Amino acid sequence: MKKIISGNEAIALSFGDSGGVFASGYPGTPSTETLEEVARLGGVYCEWAPNEKVALESAIGASIAGGRALATMKHVGVNVAADPLMTFTYTGVNAGLILMVSDDPGMHSSQNEQDSRNFAKFAKIPMLDPANSQEAYDFVRYGFEISEQFDTPLMLRTTTRISHAKGIVEPKEKIPPQIKALARDVPKYVMLPNFAKIRHVAVEARLLALQEFAETTPLNRVEMNDTELGILTSGVSYQHVKEAYPNASVLKLGLVHPLPEQKIREFAGRVKRFMIVEELDAIFEEQIRAMGIRVDIGKNRVPLCGEVNADIIRTAGGDQVFAGMAPVADLPQRPPTFCPGCAHRGLFSLLSKHKVFVSGDIGCYTLGALPPMNAMHACIDMGASISAAHGIAKVNDMAGGREKPVAVIGDSTFFHSGITGLLSLSYNNGNALVVIMDNRTTGMTGGQENPGSGRVLMGQPAKEVDIEALVRVLGIDNVVTINAYNLEETEAAIKKGMETPGPYVLIDKNPCILRYRVKQPTVVVDPDKCTGCRACLKAACVALGLADNSAKPKVQVDPNICNGCGVCTQLCKFDAMSEAK
Amino acid sequence: MSIFNIVIAGVGGQGVLLASKVLAESALAGGMDVKQNEVHGMAQRGGSVISFVRIGAEVFSPVVVPGSADILISFEPLEALRYLHYLKPGGKLVYNRVTINPSTVAAGLAKYPSDVEEQIARSCPGAQGIDALAIAQEAGNAKAVNMVMVGAVVKNLPLDAGIVENVVREISRDKGVEVNLRALAGGAAA
Repeated sequence: MKKIISGNEAIALSFGDSGGVFASGYPGTPSTETLEEVARLGGVYCEWAPNEKVALESAIGASIAGGRALATMKHVGVNVAADPLMTFTYTGVNAGLILMVSDDPGMHSSQNEQDSRNFAKFAKIPMLDPANSQEAYDFVRYGFEISEQFDTPLMLRTTTRISHAKGIVEPKEKIPPQIKALARDVPKYVMLPNFAKIRHVAVEARLLALQEFAETTPLNRVEMNDTELGILTSGVSYQHVKEAYPNASVLKLGLVHPLPEQKIREFAGRVKRFMIVEELDAIFEEQIRAMGIRVDIGKNRVPLCGEVNADIIRTAGGDQVFAGMAPVADLPQRPPTFCPGCAHRGLFSLLSKHKVFVSGDIGCYTLGALPPMNAMHACIDMGASISAAHGIAKVNDMAGGREKPVAVIGDSTFFHSGITGLLSLSYNNGNALVVIMDNRTTGMTGGQENPGSGRVLMGQPAKEVDIEALVRVLGIDNVVTINAYNLEETEAAIKKGMETPGPYVLIDKNPCILRYRVKQPTVVVDPDKCTGCRACLKAACVALGLADNSAKPKVQVDPNICNGCGVCTQLCKFDAMSEAK
Repeated sequence: MSIFNIVIAGVGGQGVLLASKVLAESALAGGMDVKQNEVHGMAQRGGSVISFVRIGAEVFSPVVVPGSADILISFEPLEALRYLHYLKPGGKLVYNRVTINPSTVAAGLAKYPSDVEEQIARSCPGAQGIDALAIAQEAGNAKAVNMVMVGAVVKNLPLDAGIVENVVREISRDKGVEVNLRALAGGAAA
C-alpha cells in the first residue's frame, strides 16, 4: 500500500522489510527519526548507543555475528565513528552493514556542513545517495545486497531534504531476516599489521570491482533528452535539476562512490554543455576533471556553501529566474529559545548576570549563547565544553588575574563524550566549574532516551546512571546537586564553585518539561506593583511581553504560553509576579 | 496539472507540522503526487517555522522557491510578513491575526511592528486575517489553531473538503476528534 513518509521513515521501514536484525545509533538532526521509527514499527531490535562510535562498533559486532545491521547518525557523528569505520573497511562484513549518515546542507540544525561523501572516498567504500523517499526505501535493500556481494560496509547518505521531506512510497515484498553463522576468521577480522596488509590489498581490489559495477548498475541512470545541456547530479539536487531544466539530459547517480568513469565520459561527450550540480563540496567535479573530462559548469557557478534549489541551478546555467517581491526588511528575528518552563533559563540568567566565561556544548543550552543571555563563549563539538574549559583554565592560570571558566553540558552529551573530558580535568589537576544539566533526556533532538532516562529505545526499563556517583568515581570531590529553578540557591552554589580551587561539579536534576510534559502553575503580574523596570525580561521568555506601547509599559504574561518556572518571579524586585491562583 | 505550491509558516509549537501532514495526506488520498517538507530539530523551541506542501501530477523538488507559492498560510502575522516573498504575484495569503512575541521582543531587544496588519494589507491586497485562537477556543482547545487554519484554506486548495475531514478524523487522537472537527468547520466558516 502506498504511504506518504519521510526519507527517515522509509529507511526504517525498508530496514525491517529487508531482513535487518540490529540497529543502533545516536540522535542527531536530521537522522534521528530513523531509529525512532524502527522502534515504533517493532519487530526489529534497535537501541540508542551513548555515541556514534559505540553505535557503529555494535553494528559491526552484529554483522560479524551474521545479522544485517544498521548504524544511524548525523554527519558530524561519523567523525566520532571514524575510528571503527576506517578499519572496518579493511575487515569487511559477514552480514551486510549500512551506515546511514545524514548531512545538513544549509546547517538547519548543525554546527558545520561537512560533506559525508568525503568519508566514502576516504574509507574506500560504496555510498548510495537517494533522491526521494521511495529511493531511500529501495536503496536500503540494494545497500545490503551490495554490502554482502562486495564484502564491504556501505554508506547510505541522506541530506535534510531527503531525511525530512515526505513523499509517496510503495513498499516491496518483505524479506524474512536470516542470521548467518558467527564469523570466526582471524586473518579477516583481527587487524594486526600482518593481517591488515593483506586486507588493504583486498580493499583496493574491491574498489576496482565496485567501479566496474558502477558502470552497469541501474542505480546510475541516464535520462537522454535535449543534448544542448547535460547535467550530472545526485540526491535531492536531482529533483531541483528536474524543476530547473525539465528538458535537459541528466545523468543521475544513485551510487555516488565510486564513480562510473566510462558512463560519465560517454554522457559528457553526447551533450553540448556539461554541467555538474552537487551540493557542498566539488567531489564529483574534482574526480571528473581528474579523468580529463571537460566540465563547463560546476563549482565555478554552483555555490560551495548551503543548499541548492531550482533558482540557484538556473542562475548557474546562465538563465533567468523569476524575481518575486523582495523579503520584507528589518523584521524582528524569531530565533529558537529555551521553552517556557525550562530549567536552563534559571542557570543561564545567572551565568549571564555574572558574566563568567562559559565553555558550552551541543544541546538546547547552546541557545544560551543568543541575546539577551549572551552567556556562552565557545561551543565546538559534543563533549568539548569540559575539555576546552580545562585548556582555557590552564592558560588562564599562566596569564594570571583571570576567573575560573565554567563548562555547561547536558546529560546526553556528558554520556556521549563528556566523561573523558571530566576525567582529564580531574587527572590533570584542572580548575573549572562544570555544570551538568541533567534533564533525563536527549532534548534538542526531540527527547530520546539515554543511559540516564531509565528506559531504552524499545521501551523496556533500564538502569539509570547515577551521574553524581560517576563524577565522584572520576576523582572529583566537590559535587553538589542544585535546583536551577531556585536562583538564590543556584547563585550561591556557582559562587562557591568559582571560589573553590580545582574541579567543581554542579548537577541540576530537573526533567525536560517538553519531553516529560511537565505543567507548572502559570505566573500573573500585579499591574499595581509592576513598575515597568523590565528586570524580568532578562529571563528571555516568550511568555513575557509589554502591555502597551506607552513610554514605560508594564509587563504582562501570556497564560497560554507561560509554564510557571518562576524565574521571572525571582528576577522581579517589586514582588509584582506570583503564581496564578 | 501544474504544481500547486503551499507554504505554511508559524511559530514552533503551533502545530504547523501537523497541519502540513493533513494537507499532504489529503493529496495522497485524492490520488495526487505530493511532497511535503519542513525543517525541524529546533521547531518546538519557539523559533520561526516554515513548511512546504507541493501537490501535482508529478512533483520533483520538495522545496518551494520564493516567488512561487500559490498560497501562504501563516499562523502568526509577523511570520506572514517574514515569508510573504514566497508568494507568486496574485498568490493568496490567509493568516491568523493573533500575535506571538519572538524572544527578541520578549527580552525588550526588538519591537513587534505595531502596524503588522497594515503592512500585510499593503503588500498583499486581498489577504484574509482570521482570529484562529478564538475559533479554536470555541471548538474546545486553544491548541487547535492549526486545524482552524486548515479549515479556513481548504476552499482555496485543489483538495476535497470531505477527504480533508476524513484525514483529520484518522490522525486525531480519540479525545481530540470532535474538537479538531469543530475547529476545521469553524475555520471553514471564518
